[in-house]
Amino acid sequence: MEPLLSVEDLTMDFGGIRALDQVNLRIHPGEIVALIGPNGAGKTTFFNCLTGMYTPTGGTILLNHQGKGGKRINGLKPNKVTELGLARTFQNIRLFSNMSVLENVMIGRHCRTRSKIFGAIFRDPATLREEEDIIGISFALLERIGLADQANTFAKNLPYGAQRRLEIARALATEPTLLLLDEPAAGMNPQETLELNELIFSIKDDGLSILLIEHDMKMVMALSDHIFVMDYGRKIAEGTPDEVRYNPAVIKAYLGEEDVRA
Amino acid sequence: MYCYAPMEYFIELTFSGLTRGSIYALIALGYTMVYGIIGLINFAHGEIYMIGAFTALIASSVLTYLGLPLPAILILAALAAIIWSAAYGYTMEKIAYRPLRDAPRLSPLISAIGMSIFLQNYVQLAQTADYLPFPALIPEFDFLEPYAGIVGSTDLVILVVSALGMIGLMLLIKYTRTGKAMRATAQDKKMALLLGINVDRIISITFIIGSGLAALGGVLIASHIGQINLYIGFIAGIKAFTAAVLGGIGSIPGAVLGSYILGLTEAFATGYVSSDYEDVFAFSLLVLILIFRPAGLLGKATIEKV
Amino acid sequence: MLTAKDVRQALLIGLWFMFLTFPLLVIKVNTIEDTIIWRWNNMFIIGGVCFVATLALRSGRRLLVQKKQEDASLKNSRLSSRIRTHLHHKMVYLPLLSLVLLFFILFPTQFSTYQTTIMTTALMYVVLGLGLNIVVGVAGLLDLGYVAFYAVGAYSYALLNLHFGLGFWTVLPVAGLLAALFGVLLGFPVLRLRGDYLAIVTLGFGEIIRMVLENWSEFSHGPSGISNIPRPGLFGLDLSLNQSIIYTYYLMMLMVAFTIFVVNRLQNSRIGRAWFALREDDIACQAMGIDKTRTKLTAFALGAFWAGMAGVFFAAQNTYVSPKSFTFLESAIILCVVVLGGMGSIIGIILGALILILLPEYLRAISDYRMLVFGATLVLMMIFRPQGIISTVRRTYTLKR
Repeated sequence: MEPLLSVEDLTMDFGGIRALDQVNLRIHPGEIVALIGPNGAGKTTFFNCLTGMYTPTGGTILLNHQGKGGKRINGLKPNKVTELGLARTFQNIRLFSNMSVLENVMIGRHCRTRSKIFGAIFRDPATLREEEDIIGISFALLERIGLADQANTFAKNLPYGAQRRLEIARALATEPTLLLLDEPAAGMNPQETLELNELIFSIKDDGLSILLIEHDMKMVMALSDHIFVMDYGRKIAEGTPDEVRYNPAVIKAYLGEEDVRA
Repeated sequence: MYCYAPMEYFIELTFSGLTRGSIYALIALGYTMVYGIIGLINFAHGEIYMIGAFTALIASSVLTYLGLPLPAILILAALAAIIWSAAYGYTMEKIAYRPLRDAPRLSPLISAIGMSIFLQNYVQLAQTADYLPFPALIPEFDFLEPYAGIVGSTDLVILVVSALGMIGLMLLIKYTRTGKAMRATAQDKKMALLLGINVDRIISITFIIGSGLAALGGVLIASHIGQINLYIGFIAGIKAFTAAVLGGIGSIPGAVLGSYILGLTEAFATGYVSSDYEDVFAFSLLVLILIFRPAGLLGKATIEKV
Repeated sequence: MLTAKDVRQALLIGLWFMFLTFPLLVIKVNTIEDTIIWRWNNMFIIGGVCFVATLALRSGRRLLVQKKQEDASLKNSRLSSRIRTHLHHKMVYLPLLSLVLLFFILFPTQFSTYQTTIMTTALMYVVLGLGLNIVVGVAGLLDLGYVAFYAVGAYSYALLNLHFGLGFWTVLPVAGLLAALFGVLLGFPVLRLRGDYLAIVTLGFGEIIRMVLENWSEFSHGPSGISNIPRPGLFGLDLSLNQSIIYTYYLMMLMVAFTIFVVNRLQNSRIGRAWFALREDDIACQAMGIDKTRTKLTAFALGAFWAGMAGVFFAAQNTYVSPKSFTFLESAIILCVVVLGGMGSIIGIILGALILILLPEYLRAISDYRMLVFGATLVLMMIFRPQGIISTVRRTYTLKR
């Protein structure tokens, strides 16, 4: 099968510091892929390059957009990348904290809707229909993450775990083909993590691909079809969970001498 | 306009540019120090400079009335200006900026704009909105007589005094404990706090030093031009801010460099081209730098962390 | 309630301010007659005021802390939230709204033309405030040169009328569009700047436009301005000055109603949501597929649009324009309206404009201290109530099934 996303020799320099060094990675449709590595390995930088937050110094990012073959997305603006079907969450939650929970999800619909100033002022039937669609889809997404009854509270008043789920719902509202999750389980309790696992599996069942940065090894091993390991801006290993689990290079570089099954 | 030899005219303009640049530098340093340490464009900084000029005027009038000799008046008036301006800067930070240190970025800026409007009108109500003649405090030097028309003694005093002020500041920042603490706070406020630096105190000191320098600039320029009013702070503030941005805001050598560049370009532009659009020129320069090179000449471009 | 420590602190603060204000408030020199006036009473007034104010502030703060603790136990019993829930009730807000409307409709019949003129001005600031609110309050872009668009509107009317004899009604939309175009032209290069730089650049642009108007006499008639601008016409009828003033007032009222209608609809639309989101977090905004530059640009242009139209009203009401009316202070006053009223809150801004413009007119005692109070308002609002007197209420949604 043709990969959904293929990254070739991706390199990113900040001044004299090389944060990413010729990283290669492929994601196939319907796969959950994890990106792991110690802090400062360059995982978030990698995300930022994919999503257009940074313009990579070198290499190519090809996105297979709606089966029409690879489209180079290096240096595209973040909003263009999102329109092409890549949506993300943030490591340090970036919700619109003074907007309601529902509105946060509604913002995600922005790039899939079209009404303009004219429609906003005159509220023609097309605009009203579109608005209803936005509300309907957003409510459905809130139900899916179990926050429908909190729709009208401020996002900042949600508990931490709920905020992380809301970020996922907001990203899903943009109708992505590839969802990038940056440490979605950080700060969650075991119960919340379990629910998150189910959510991620159900997203996969919808046919989406997921790229995941995560430190919770139990979660990574349980979810992933394929794992990439990074250290000091390089990819040091890849493979199935089992292959990675027993890869001596990974154990040495990433976990020191500790056991991976922690 | 060309009343004497082109070369002499050129030198005269150069001196005039350097003089302007010195004054801008004294104000720009305050902007850049405050920006470096708390990331705030202290919009009311120009007002501090204006208050400095007013204080000097009042002090010199009172001292003249008391019959003191001219050099004593000059020094005491300058001292009074520096002390009171510093006090205003210190109080302003405590009232208008300290409570907003963790607020969204625009809040302290709006507060600073409010402070600027407040101080202007305070001076208007307490003193006057009219121009006040400023006494010639700086004596004429005999040894400059042969060069009259090229460089005046006020120019010379401004150049020397402001240079001394700047060197003093650099030494303070480079070699004293306070200076080190200031640099540390500018780099990382939280870390500085963890290392036992009294960040509040350092910020206060920054405001005090910046305000003192601005007041010095106020006294010098007032005795150079010979009159002041309450609006001098606004224009001078914008120009000094332009200079600070030109050099790279947050960078102290940058502020000095930017000020001299701005002073010289202004002097040559008004001397050789036209003085009608003098202020438009400074504003346009500011807009162009911010659009095309917001990091300035010596500043570093920063990448926003995601 | 107050301890000895509080009193000592207040005393110190009083003394400090007596020292601080000593040269400027106490000594007044007359450099022409070479006399010095000593105003010692000012010193003691300042000392006393600061002493009392500090004590009041301290006890007030303590009361507030206590009240907050009580509030935590008695949730939702706070007066403001109770008023708000009542206001949302149709039985309450419809009669209230009609009462307010009635007041404004009957205003010119009950008060003098002088007062009608003042009210017209206040309403103009409502439009300006609502326009700037789109930019500052909703989209979170601090525009310190808003007055430039106001000037564009006023001069459009003055010049188009002078050279081409165009009337009020023709110019009104044209000026709005011209101002919006200016907004786009200005916004295009500057909107990628960070918030505080944007503020300074817009300030710069505002000042440049004013200075150009002042210096380019062939175009703008320089500092002397343009006079004899016609007042708004009514189907070619000849109106007396009085009638004309009252007519302008009603037009201004319609304008305000129109502005409220449009701004309200914009805020609750796809674009309005994008603006709010931009204010909250522009990085997340882009990651959600929102074109940052374009969204900022629409906010900027739409904000400018209202300033342009208000400018036409300004020129028509005063029959005279000059660069003096478009200084930075004017921008600051409009900003003050938005900040006092509450960024993003329509009702708040209407109240803010009325308070800030009418209060100094009716309380003569304040009018001298007008700008002083405006400056202090900006500082105090940021510290004590950054959300303004009426904070934004987010719209709530229910799912129709």
